[in-house]
Amino acid sequence: MARRAESAGQTMSQPMLALEEVCASYGAVQALKGVSVHVHAGEIVTLIGANGAGKSTLLMTICGDPRARSGQILFDGQDITRQPTHAIMRGGIAQAPEGRRIFPRMTVMENLIMGAEIAGHDPARDLEHVFTLFPRLKERATQRGGTLSGGEQQMLAIGRALMARPRLLLLDEPSLGLAPLIAKQIFAAIRELNEREGLTVLLVEQNANQALRLAHRGYVLVTGRITLEGPGRELLSRPEIRAAYLGGH
Amino acid sequence: MRFRLALRDAAVTGLVAAGLFLPMVALRTDVAPNGALFLRTRWSDAAILITLAALARFVLVLWLGRRIPVASTASPWWEEPLRRAGKLLTPLLLGVAVMLPFIPGTGRYELDLGVLVLTYVMLGWGLNIVVGLAGLLDLGYVAFYAVGAYSYALLAHAFGLSFWICLPLAGILAGFWGVLLGFPVLRLRGDYLAIVTLAFGEIIRVVLVNWVSLTNGPNGMSGIPRPSFFGLPFNMSGEPDTFAGFFGLEPSPLHRVIFLYYLILGLALLTNWVSIRLRRQPLGRAWEALREDEIACRALGINITTTKLTAFALGAMFGGFAGAFFATRQGFISPESFTFIESAIILAIVVLGGMGSQIGIALAALIMIGGFEVFRGLEEWRMLVFGAAMVVIMVLRPRGLVSSRTPTVALGKRKAISGSLVGEGHG
Ligand SMILES: Nc1ncnc2c1ncn2[C@@H]1O[C@H](COP(=O)(O)OP(=O)(O)OP(=O)(O)O)[C@@H](O)[C@H]1O
Ligand SMILES: [Mg+2]
Repeated sequence: MARRAESAGQTMSQPMLALEEVCASYGAVQALKGVSVHVHAGEIVTLIGANGAGKSTLLMTICGDPRARSGQILFDGQDITRQPTHAIMRGGIAQAPEGRRIFPRMTVMENLIMGAEIAGHDPARDLEHVFTLFPRLKERATQRGGTLSGGEQQMLAIGRALMARPRLLLLDEPSLGLAPLIAKQIFAAIRELNEREGLTVLLVEQNANQALRLAHRGYVLVTGRITLEGPGRELLSRPEIRAAYLGGH
Repeated sequence: MRFRLALRDAAVTGLVAAGLFLPMVALRTDVAPNGALFLRTRWSDAAILITLAALARFVLVLWLGRRIPVASTASPWWEEPLRRAGKLLTPLLLGVAVMLPFIPGTGRYELDLGVLVLTYVMLGWGLNIVVGLAGLLDLGYVAFYAVGAYSYALLAHAFGLSFWICLPLAGILAGFWGVLLGFPVLRLRGDYLAIVTLAFGEIIRVVLVNWVSLTNGPNGMSGIPRPSFFGLPFNMSGEPDTFAGFFGLEPSPLHRVIFLYYLILGLALLTNWVSIRLRRQPLGRAWEALREDEIACRALGINITTTKLTAFALGAMFGGFAGAFFATRQGFISPESFTFIESAIILAIVVLGGMGSQIGIALAALIMIGGFEVFRGLEEWRMLVFGAAMVVIMVLRPRGLVSSRTPTVALGKRKAISGSLVGEGHG
């Protein structure tokens, strides 16, 4: 209840991330058709939607790849719509992309270091941080990324993103292909990051049930348009959501 | 059952062999004494080859069955001893390389061969930055070798600049051309990149052939100044301002060869040193990350443009250094030295060496270039033996001679990563 009030209070202030009427396309395929999404500091916001709805595109567009055709993306009130990707990623946003995309031949350590290197700070403290969050990674520090299990790879992908000390973390389907128990661990880690460290998270998920339980607010994306938005638990109780994304139970 | 299988396989093999050998061996154009071309047939030679191929397949299938030799994905028995020996192997090879001119029995031939091998070691290490580290398949690397060679020749001719001034200039010019190639191919990967780089290599060569007023076209450029020992020329006069005279030595043509040998050894070691250093730097790690996953690199905020361009530029620069060295060593260059086959050989060295392994590439250059010389006695069969050897190595060691990879950061002590975990044949 306290969290709900807190996030409602923040709605008044300026959002950390604001997408205003963003359109994006791949060639002739228009993937986003005027999407507006707001994320406030300290929130977990989730984005749910069917396959091909444009969720990954939305996260990638925030990073400037593909670039928004029209509309505006503001981060901390600053217009980042036209900034090059590497500049955006240095400005406090990090993404654990869909399908994890860790560097398979590099070791766990090297993968993590890559995350910090771009930001240009000493990685020692951040390594400690990631290893406390995911002790499994510490055990496997010298193992090659490609030989980790799916769950470990996901931990690595999140850890790598955290190494850049982001203020906003974009997560694209972190539970993809994971056993329920491991998925639960990942969600627990996200909650911990949010509650303990105040990390702001924009979470894309197929696992709508868990995502909406975890998130303060949620958006529903249908073929490039936002059709619904609201507090996570409220969306969870909506019959149309239950029917479309929760298998009707 | 197996007999019938063997028979069938032999027939198929015979057909394939016939397809190959009938046009290649049985028919041959020769020049008649009166200068006209005529077709000579060698049916019996072709028949012998086809029979041999079919027979070999028959025996093989009968003996082993249709088992395809399994590429060893696990570390082969010799990799672990080799790794342990590797700690000794590197200093040993380096020691031999440094001492070679003074090892008894080393003559002009051995030194020339050493220079040749080291040139390819250097080219391999240079190309490795682009292909092995950054994962950008470059089939036109010889273009930069050519740019370096012609830069030196032209600068020395036009401005009378000395080798030591031209050497860095040649490297810079080649690096510049590397960036020029890099820009249009920024968005390309894998096969498409390979085709464009292949074309680039050919374009450079065709320009060299056709721009006669500048490059003297197919006749090449001669009279390229030979290197001096920091201003002291090598010649037989024994004057005090020559190398031999200055150091009070008996003038000998070997001096220059030894000097060239140490020059290329130094250049190769410089390439190696820079590569090893860079691998531990953010830039080098960004190259490797780029090779692994370009989208992840973007998501991490790596600047793909500069990462790719620096790989092209640095790789090209070392190619340019090697080219300048080639020009000063030969004293004569022509476009013929910079054909596609050179690019292919250098790439083969990198692939055979294990894509990214410095010592592997040195070994591969030694085997390929040295082996090629050793097989000289086989004359026209040389290419065949050589090709067969390559096929055998790639079947048995699909990831190259040394496929382990040393991590660039470690918690405690560095541990080599087994080659079995290294992917193969990625685009
Ligand atoms: N690189 C691309 N080129 C062309 N079309 C693309 C590209 N990437 C995505 N699309 C198209 O854009 C639309 C949105 O794709 P997107 O990946 O954003 O969906 P998603 O909501 O993340 O789906 P999923 O849940 O399956 O991951 C789809 O129709 C897809 O086919
Ligand atoms: Mg997606």
